[in-house]
This record gives sequence, C-alpha cells and structure tokens, in this order.
Amino acid sequence: MTGPEPDTGKPYQVSQGEDGEITLSVYGNMDAAGSASLLKDLKAEIKALSPSALTMDLKGVAYLDDFGTLVLVELRRMMSRSGGRFQIINPDPKIKNMLALLNFDAVAESVSVIKKRSPNLFIRIGDATLDLFSDLKYALFFLGSVCLSLVHVFLHPGSLRRDETISTMQRTGVDALPIVGLISFLLGLIMAFMSSVQLEQFGANIYVASLVSLAMTRELGPIMTAIIVAGRSGSAFAAEIGTMKISEEVDALFTMGFDPVRFLVVPKLVAAAIMVPVLTLFSDLFAILGGLIVGVSMLDLTPGAYIAQTLKTLTLFDIFWGVFKSGVFGILITWVGCLRGFQVRGGAASVGRATTSAVVSSIFLIIVIDSVFSVILRYWG
Amino acid sequence: MERDVVIRVRDLRVGYGEDIVLDQIAFDVYEGEIFVILGGSGCGKSTLLKSMLGLIPPFAGRVTIDGDPVLADEEKLKGIFRKIGVLYQGAALFGSMTVAENVALPIQAYTALPPESVNIIVQMKLGLVNLNGYENHLPSELSGGMKKRAGLARAMALNPKILFFDEPSAGLDPVTSAEIDALILHLNKNLGTTMVIVTHELQSIFAVAQRVIMLDKGTRGIIAEGDPEYLRDHSQNQAVKRFFNRQAEGLNRES
Repeated sequence: MTGPEPDTGKPYQVSQGEDGEITLSVYGNMDAAGSASLLKDLKAEIKALSPSALTMDLKGVAYLDDFGTLVLVELRRMMSRSGGRFQIINPDPKIKNMLALLNFDAVAESVSVIKKRSPNLFIRIGDATLDLFSDLKYALFFLGSVCLSLVHVFLHPGSLRRDETISTMQRTGVDALPIVGLISFLLGLIMAFMSSVQLEQFGANIYVASLVSLAMTRELGPIMTAIIVAGRSGSAFAAEIGTMKISEEVDALFTMGFDPVRFLVVPKLVAAAIMVPVLTLFSDLFAILGGLIVGVSMLDLTPGAYIAQTLKTLTLFDIFWGVFKSGVFGILITWVGCLRGFQVRGGAASVGRATTSAVVSSIFLIIVIDSVFSVILRYWG
Repeated sequence: MERDVVIRVRDLRVGYGEDIVLDQIAFDVYEGEIFVILGGSGCGKSTLLKSMLGLIPPFAGRVTIDGDPVLADEEKLKGIFRKIGVLYQGAALFGSMTVAENVALPIQAYTALPPESVNIIVQMKLGLVNLNGYENHLPSELSGGMKKRAGLARAMALNPKILFFDEPSAGLDPVTSAEIDALILHLNKNLGTTMVIVTHELQSIFAVAQRVIMLDKGTRGIIAEGDPEYLRDHSQNQAVKRFFNRQAEGLNRES
C-alpha cells in the first residue's frame, strides 16, 4: 500500500499542480525520531514555493503518532497564515483515528500556547509585601504555640517524649562534639598566635592567656558553637519537619490528636537548650587548650603560669554569661529551623529552600541577638 | 503468529539485604501485548517491576529489554531508557516544574524540535489525558488523579515502545481509573505500545489484561500465568481463586 519510493533520499515528494497548488506525499513513519528534520525540510519547501494550496498525501505513511500530527499542525498553521488552503488526503483508517483522537482540527485552529505571564512590578511588590506580612504573622503565631507547648510540658513533665529528646540530644550535642572541639581548638590556636605577635612587642606574652580565655567564653565560644549547630541541626530540623509536612505526616499527627508543635518541636527545643550550652563549655575548654599549646611551645610560658593567668582573668560571671547566651542561641536555632520546616508547601524544592533559609536566618539572628546582648551588658554591667 | 519477545526475564532472584522476595522468576513479554503482574500486597510486584527497570540490582538472573541486558553497561542502558516510559505509583512529577515543563523535559532532551513545536506536542499530550488548562500548574496544586494523568503524559512523551505502570489506578476514583484503562487500551491499539502493568485492581485487570502472571508471597514465585478470565473460572490453585473472587483467607464467610 506504500506508493512509489522517492529517489531523492528524502521521506517525501513534492509535486506541483496548477495555480501554485502543491501536493506533498510523505512516506514511511511520521514519528518522534524523524519529526524534527521532516518538519524543518517541509517548512523550507513551502517557504521556497509559497503555494496557494497544500495537499498532504498520507497514502505512503505507515505509522503516525502525535509527533507526526505536530508536523501536520505546523504546516496547516503555516498555510492559514499565508491565506492558503490545506487538506489531507488518503489517510489510513488508523491514522484518521489518531488524528481524531488528538483533536487535530481543534489543535490546528486554536493553537493557544499559554505562556506563563510574569506579573508586573506593582503586583510583584504587593505580593512580596503580603508574603512578608503573612510570614511574620506565622512566625509570631508559631512562637506563641511553641511557648504554650513549653508551658504545657513544664506543667506536665510526663508529656515530654523522653526517648526522642534524648536521641535528639545525642544528634545535636554528642555527635557535634568532635567538630566543635576541633574548630574551637584551632580558633584558640589562631587567636593566641595572632595576639602574641602584638603582645610580644610589649613583653606582655602572659596576656595571651587572658585574651584567649575571655574572648572565647564571652563571645566567640557561644557564637561559633551556635553557628556550627545551626548548620548541623537547624538544617536537619527544617528538612525533617518539611519532609513530614509534604508526606502528610504532620496532618496525620494532627488528626491523631497530637499537637504537632508539642510532638515535634518541644523535644528538639529541650535538647538544643541543654546541649548548645554544654557544647559551648567544651568549645571554651578546647580553645583555651589551643592557646595553651601556642603559649607553651612558642611564647616560653609554662603551662602552670598560663593556667593561673586564665583562672585569674575569668570570673564565674563570664562563663555563666556565655552559657546563658548559648542557651538562647540553641532555642533560637530550633525555633527558626522548625518554623521553616512548618512553612514548607509543595515539593522537594521547597524543602531545599526551607533548609537554606533555616541556616541563613539562624546565623543572622544569632549575630543580631549577640549584639543586643553586648549592648545590654555595656549599660547594665 | 509468532510474536517478538520484548522483555525476557530469566532465573531472577531479587530482594533486600538478606531477604529474598522473589526467586526463580522467568517469563516473557511479547511485543504489543498488555501484560499484567498481579498478586496480593507485599508479594513483590513493585520489586519485580523495579528490578526489571534496573532500579534494584537482582541477586541472580537477568532481564533483557529488546535484546539488551538491563544493567550490563551504561551506553546500552541509555538506549533502553529511550524506549521505555514509566508511570510511578505517586506519579513522581518534579515538584519545582509546572505540568507542561514536566512533560516537555524529555521531549526537549531527545528531539530537535523548536520550542513552539514542543509546546504544541505538550498540549496534545495533555489533551490525551484530559489535562488541558493545567499547563502552568505546579504538581502540588493538582489532585491525586490529575497528578497520575500528568505522570502518564510525561511517561508517554516520546511514545516509548514499552510503558510500565506501577499501580495505575491506586487512589483514583472509578471514573478516572476507567479513563486510564481506556487510554491504555487506546495507546496499545493505535501505537502498538507494549504495556507492563503492576496492579491488584480486579476491574482493571479484566478490562485491559491480555495475559497475567500472578505472584505469591509464600512461594516467592509465579503461581499462575495466562488469560485472567480463564484463571478466574478454571484455576485449581486456592490462592488464585481467592484473589479473583475476592475471598478472605482463612475466614469462613458463611458463619
């Protein structure tokens, strides 16, 4: 049933009739594999001949799918733009069926290729503002429900999920110890080394011990620890809750009568509020150890003198203040991480955004709160 | 008429870790047929499908698709993936892309069509699954049935030779489910697409299946093979009978 094969090596044949009418006879399969080149070739032919009418002879077509239909649609649109006629002759019943199913006529007539239109500047600004307000509102609402849950757990200590809290404490605290220790140790080393360059000129080597211990316990210990915990656990909280949100696990908790905030957030909050201060203490210790090594090996200090100077410098208040701050940071990290997790809507990409945003906003808020604390201390202490 | 074998499975043993889920699995899928893998929950239907697709490496045995062994070498595997389309149970649409972008992705990657032509193809594909007007929706804005239909549009974007379905009617209303069955039959008839379907929906099975294999948890193998209506009426195997007649195991319904 296939017609004479064309000798041009192309899967179609052009025959010109009277009054600029042409007939295109296509052979073989009109499928996904060949449609792109066929479409290009046929468009070029029509452009060159600019016929007044086009007849597509499908007698030789053995197989046609929607990619083949696409070729016909494109040619028909081309003809209607130039005001020419278009017709299909000799289609196989199977092909006719296919064209009918794909709504060939409708597609060719109303090619309504709907493009996503990006809204104008004012709409975008308005949307962003509304989003910001609803975000703020939700953040406050979330803060409130976290506080209520905490009060509830405080009044009913039995309702705290003890196993979950302990395993979160392990993941947030114990597992973070090696990295916190190493970074703090190196930080102490660097601080001692850098300060010794200056202090050596005045013969004040012994003050390296004061500088390292005071800077670490007051400021750098809590901040470094909080930043590491934000990166390790804040992101994990956001990802965990976000994924639970997507897979409707949060909804399941709700309909089983659990308060999702109490169930998911409180254990993390308790764990972080305990473990971040503990990690900070370790951080202080490792940094002082780093400073000690520089002091002993490069500055001719004895370990005894270094430790004595450290003890002389530090007051209990310094250590307490650092620990208190880190407790606040721990709560902050959990709050932001869980908040971002609960804000997840949609799919996997949203979880990614929530995770990033959890880390970035926690680090930002840590620094902001730390500055607020510094100001308070300046006028109060 | 001798039909060509498109998928050949021999001596397949698959499982997870220490557990063997299926053992000594062997069957052929012929070109242009609608082949259904069925069985109760937990019998390893989805595991079998995934190992046929190379997603779970088998412990032993081999699978060939169109003559090429799955998981043998990178290059061949790419060739195989060009010939197949898969509709996953949860549709597996990419959440960060719109429905139209999801469907357009394989078309843009594997054909040289200009963007506006790709757009028309996408319209036609979405028209086939009755999703016109949802081009710019994100998957999260669609209902379960719509997601499934969008997933089907993506699976058949390049008119693959073989389409795999993992529970096509799970979680769908009867009407949508019947529409998907009709679409399966239509694609099979008009494009000659070979269908491999994993399901346990009896109505679907009788509507579309030409040949079935039934897996069983206890024997970890195939307990029946053939025409579903014949199996329903003539099988001597208790498990097969129970499955096709919706009878509970070990419960006397009369009492």
